[in-house]
Amino acid sequence: MPNSPQTPGIVAQRLSSDQVVQNFATYQPAYAAHEARVAADRCYFCHDAPCMTACPTAIDIPLFIRQIATGTPDAAAKTIFAQNIMGGMCARVCPTETLCEEVCVREVAEGKPVEIGRLQRYATDSLMAKGVHPFTRAADTGKRVAVVGAGPAGLACAHRLALHGHAVTVYDRRPKAGGLNEYGIAAYKSTDDFAAREVEWLLKIGGITLETGKELGRDITLAGLEAAFDAVFLGIGLGGVNTLGLAGEDLAGVANAVDFIATLRQTADKSALEIGRDVVVIGGGMTAVDAAVQAKLLGAQTVTMVYRRGKEKMSASVYEQEHATAGGVTIVYGAAPVRVLGAAKVEGVEFAYESGETFTLKADQVFKAIGQTLADAPMARDGKKLVTHAGKVWAGGDCAAGGEDLTVTAVAQGRDAAEDIHAVLTGTVR
Amino acid sequence: MANLASNFIGIKSPNPFWLASAPPTDKAYNVERAYEAGWGGVVWKTLGSEGPPVVNVSGPRYGAIWGADRRLLGLNNIELITDRPLQVNLDEIKAVKRKWRDRALVISLMVPCDEESWKDILHRIEDTEADGVELNFGCPHGMAERGMGSAVGQVPEYIEMVTRWVKKHSRMPCIVKLTPNINDIRKPAEAAHAGGADAVSLINTINSITSVNLDSFAPEPMIDGKGTHGGYCGPAVKPIALNMVAEIARNPATRNLPISGIGGVTTWRDAAEFLALGAGNVQVCTAAMTYGFKIVSEMISGLSDYLDDKGMGLSDLVGRATPNVTDWQFLNLNYVTKAVINQDDCIKCGRCFAACEDTSHQAIAMSADRTFTVKDEDCVACNLCVNVCPVQDCITMVEVPKGGVDQRTGRKVGDYANWTMHPNNPSVAAAE
Repeated sequence: MPNSPQTPGIVAQRLSSDQVVQNFATYQPAYAAHEARVAADRCYFCHDAPCMTACPTAIDIPLFIRQIATGTPDAAAKTIFAQNIMGGMCARVCPTETLCEEVCVREVAEGKPVEIGRLQRYATDSLMAKGVHPFTRAADTGKRVAVVGAGPAGLACAHRLALHGHAVTVYDRRPKAGGLNEYGIAAYKSTDDFAAREVEWLLKIGGITLETGKELGRDITLAGLEAAFDAVFLGIGLGGVNTLGLAGEDLAGVANAVDFIATLRQTADKSALEIGRDVVVIGGGMTAVDAAVQAKLLGAQTVTMVYRRGKEKMSASVYEQEHATAGGVTIVYGAAPVRVLGAAKVEGVEFAYESGETFTLKADQVFKAIGQTLADAPMARDGKKLVTHAGKVWAGGDCAAGGEDLTVTAVAQGRDAAEDIHAVLTGTVR
Repeated sequence: MANLASNFIGIKSPNPFWLASAPPTDKAYNVERAYEAGWGGVVWKTLGSEGPPVVNVSGPRYGAIWGADRRLLGLNNIELITDRPLQVNLDEIKAVKRKWRDRALVISLMVPCDEESWKDILHRIEDTEADGVELNFGCPHGMAERGMGSAVGQVPEYIEMVTRWVKKHSRMPCIVKLTPNINDIRKPAEAAHAGGADAVSLINTINSITSVNLDSFAPEPMIDGKGTHGGYCGPAVKPIALNMVAEIARNPATRNLPISGIGGVTTWRDAAEFLALGAGNVQVCTAAMTYGFKIVSEMISGLSDYLDDKGMGLSDLVGRATPNVTDWQFLNLNYVTKAVINQDDCIKCGRCFAACEDTSHQAIAMSADRTFTVKDEDCVACNLCVNVCPVQDCITMVEVPKGGVDQRTGRKVGDYANWTMHPNNPSVAAAE
């Protein structure tokens, strides 16, 4: 271990390889069987349960928890997967504290909800560990659908279409399928190559052809797909990132948080990754939190997240904020960046409070996490996003209008688009 | 701290908590440790006749059912009476009793149903200076197949006959332990009373199969692929035991017959309930087998605090609730209550709604914002909502005062009137 957290500059191996492995492995342990039974027993099996309403994919949560409580986690998993084929990943990354668990009556009553997310993970892990795919594809319909983007929206859409017997080709510009599950989720939330294993498991439905390394606008075109397929689904995510538009932004040591996160996910030995001693993250969303937390896990000495508005406006949940601060990240609220300082490389960032007062944070590495954008618009827009349906083309996930930019929302939109496409292709609706 | 000293049919103990005849009381080592832990008395595990010792299975003897967090709720067993040589037990009983004079030590007995057998065992135990005998007419497994235990307890004539033999051949106080595996618990109690018993104890265990192994397709506990019914005990049986104690306590024929209450006593509160229904003391087994002898400390402190709070002595509690146990026909049909949901306490789970809407009287309304309210015009006051609500005291039954109007029937609440006075009762009509 040649370096330490105190070593100046952007360097690798600030911590031992073993320490880094441990740092990324200890986020939220899986339930043991007895723990799951006890946790499941806390569920009141509410009538018209609020948790179910709060879930974007409308999983029958009281039912699956009762199935766990009665010792049938595989049945619980089927209940989950019937609504959300990526229930395994959602169990890991959903901000449950602002969805199902926020409205759990026991959260309201006691401040301690039923741990729905962890229970969902217990159930889905149980079935997936057996390598069993719980659904059987319907007879081939002869219809062909193109899905662009192998992220949560595209894969959820592809799976539901395949289930109904349509032949699906999924295109993705990256070398691996999974989208943000593979490249965007914090590494400590998707351990043991879970995203890739989930894709492999999902594809067992059959009828789905995966074409990676194919980018819309470069290798394929929307017009070409519309001509060749009966329907097209766009789940292309948000390919662009917002820029600060400030002096010094191009200095060495300034990077996009999404790239840092993607690199982290694709690196086996994370201790080999370079990280700054004094890291500044600009932004207040989940991407900012993930970048800040993981910078700390790699051994950065100081990590400061700076958000221009107040704590209550932050899109990262209170739970995530507390997770960050508990991990050693400092969060500064109500300060906007003024300029990035440095000569050959970044040396600091100057910020201004709303009062106009300025201060400078020392930095040898800066991550920008101030939002992603739809890079190109292959079809009509609804505000800054794509319309969800026009002619033979549907859209869902982060690129499309409606809902929050969450994995679970993307799954819901992909699934619902598939049902819509299925209805149109089979002539149920026109 | 309330004085818990107990005098049950002349047998004195520092508190009314005895360990029941069972595995915890089968040897000096256990009994002495129980006394050290604070138990007021023990009923030594059932002795049989002189001869080759009883043989137990060497596979599992217990089966169980569990609640949340694997809390043991019910236990069943197929263990037989003591399998130690008679003389070993007798020597230990004598030594223990000499050492622990202030504690109760009663010997449980089960021998074949002939006078000689009973006479013989009674003479053999006389020398131990034990405080009394308990006749095991209760165990429903194993020994019953050999004409003992519940095979006797299910025939009131046998109970009376054997009790007479015991009273004839022994001066010791005699407690008759009853089996609940019978239609009317009053009959065996009356038989014991007629035979001269000083007290009855109940309930012994209930015939049961606790679970079925769904891979081997055999009952648990499973012995080499087979299972047999065992005796059920523990918290799950308490309601059955309470009713049987009350039936005997309020039966005019056995009203003054002392009762030792047994059946799922786990906490001081359980014990207090048995005492209030007429038990003079209680016997405990499953709770000790689940948590160890130490649990008696909680029973002692809890009962003592309760009596202090109420300003009552132990004897004031015994039978305090018995007069309030009655027959259905004497319940006041003009007593009207309505469920009231405290909106501040309600956590909006909707269980009251599901229960009432799906299975009862459709008397709870649910609004779009999940506010649950009782429809007085439909509420029959069944109490199901109270019982399924996860929040204690969130839903309560509020009495409609006399003169008030029951919104369901439109009638004014009148004076006390029961079924024996009701115009719909054919017996009333016939008497006119």
